[in-house]
Amino acid sequence: MAEKTLLKGNHALVEGVIYAGCRFFAGYPITPQNEIPEYMSVRMPAAGGVFIQTESELAAINMLFGAAATGARVMTSSSSPGISLMQEGLSYISGADIPVLVTNVVRGGPGLGNIAPSQADYYQATRGGGHGDYFTIVLAPDSAQELFEFPKLAYSLAEKYRIPVMLLADGLLGQMMEPVELNYEPIDPKSIPVQDWWLTGCQGRERRVVRSYDLGPGKLEEWNWRRWNETYVPIMKNEQRYQALQCDDAEIVLVAYGTSARIGGAAVRIARDQGIKAGLIRLISLWPFPKNILAELAKKVGDMLVVEMSMGQMIDDVKLATEGKTKVHFHGRPGGGIPTPNEVYEKIRSIAGGKK
Amino acid sequence: MKLLFGRPKGLTPTNQRYCPGCGHGVVHRIVGDVLVNLNIREKTLGIAPVGCSVFADEYFNCDMIQPPHGRGPAVATGMKRARPECVVFSYQGDGDLAAIGTAEIVHAAARNENITVIFINNAIFGMTGGQLAPTTLPGMRSTTSVKGRDVTKQGYPIKVCELLAGLDGPYYLERVSVHSPKQILRAEKAIKTAFQNQIDNKGFSLVEVLSLCPTGWGMTPVDSKKWMEDVMSKYFPPGEYRNKGKEAK
Repeated sequence: MAEKTLLKGNHALVEGVIYAGCRFFAGYPITPQNEIPEYMSVRMPAAGGVFIQTESELAAINMLFGAAATGARVMTSSSSPGISLMQEGLSYISGADIPVLVTNVVRGGPGLGNIAPSQADYYQATRGGGHGDYFTIVLAPDSAQELFEFPKLAYSLAEKYRIPVMLLADGLLGQMMEPVELNYEPIDPKSIPVQDWWLTGCQGRERRVVRSYDLGPGKLEEWNWRRWNETYVPIMKNEQRYQALQCDDAEIVLVAYGTSARIGGAAVRIARDQGIKAGLIRLISLWPFPKNILAELAKKVGDMLVVEMSMGQMIDDVKLATEGKTKVHFHGRPGGGIPTPNEVYEKIRSIAGGKK
Repeated sequence: MKLLFGRPKGLTPTNQRYCPGCGHGVVHRIVGDVLVNLNIREKTLGIAPVGCSVFADEYFNCDMIQPPHGRGPAVATGMKRARPECVVFSYQGDGDLAAIGTAEIVHAAARNENITVIFINNAIFGMTGGQLAPTTLPGMRSTTSVKGRDVTKQGYPIKVCELLAGLDGPYYLERVSVHSPKQILRAEKAIKTAFQNQIDNKGFSLVEVLSLCPTGWGMTPVDSKKWMEDVMSKYFPPGEYRNKGKEAK
């Protein structure tokens, strides 16, 4: 029987990370994710792992780079301003094809912004974020249960494709307390299969080098295309993840992720009660973007409503996926604003009314 | 026929791209020798910097990683904590360690991370073409201080050993030079000690090596040696700045 317990989102994430076999955490305090390093500072050593409170987010991401290059399953967490500082490291880690897990408990920006929940880091997360041609897999949990479960999924993807994975949460998910089922057996880190790129000392083999540079003429172009063809294309083809709610007969489809999807789901229920055929596509993977389902729905649905806690970032990807075949509406709340189910419902109602 | 002198197994056969008279080659050789003499080459993880020795990942004959500019001590921390059975060293220049990576080296030293750091101080940015370094001497010319370092505008050099000696954390700090055979022998001893300390789990050990950059300084190699002897080593005095091993005795 799986153990069921009541956990804050941030604590559920720590449990999920430890359950998934991670034994290396490095991070720097920042609100609204401080429960993660605080709980980790006790939980990780108890599990026989390494916890380091770093001097900066730069140090944290580079400690991950070093540890992961030796084969450790690693995690850092931060919030928006700290994630900005990590972009240098993420670019190098991506260039060196090293799997790491980074959690961004997003807060209001730009700048120091505020500490309220936000989804304004979508562009940064899904466009690579740092310099150079690269992507990171981005997963958007929408509950404490998923904050517990997603690290396992994240490590399997990160290690399969040798790519950084980011969990994109927000302050609301991190602070909210919900029932969590610890629904799988913890993974023993010793069971992680040894890889032929780990830096472990060259005893009995050729020496190995982990790096992101190649100054040879044409070499970097070749390397980038290889990563595109062998890593990014298969990910975009095979790893699109989403949930569809009442989309079969929907005339208006909401598109949202994370907290916005929870709120969107409530708005859809109100709309259905009022006789409006609304549905929800809740995106789980933000990169790769689940464009296939949206392209499919665009053929039969006249209106889509994108709900984001930002001025509108993901809406660009929805428009690209639907190629003008459906009207794409927007309801957004930037700067830490959180939409209510009623205001989203009002938007649905005005779209539905506008059609009549 | 017996080979009396050759390239140590701690270095790869790759030709090094350093300028004539550059100190990097001497220091690489010392590190390569130490990896063999202490029998640690096969369990060593090396960290290349960004700068002239960015290609160190091609030169040291052990597992190597090439991280972002200045972040070597953070990467070293991650590697050593994840694999304490390995020997981890970070090889860094003055721009890497004393400018962009100042926070990382100070905090690695404060934590007394059990790593070895080889710090090359040649008072100039070599790779990018001779710009002002955090260790450029007052009055010294560079491509971004063409009339000489003006301390009223560009501040004073950072003396890394003295700076880190202000911390309780580090176990071993020594400054050496490689401009004469006598100094090279002393550098060998210091670098060997810095690796031995790690093997003995003693903690953070840094050797600052005053190194020649004839190209960046606009001098002949011979004049460079003289300038090192007469000027640079006076501003950055060689010596032991911390040795908890001796203090304990």
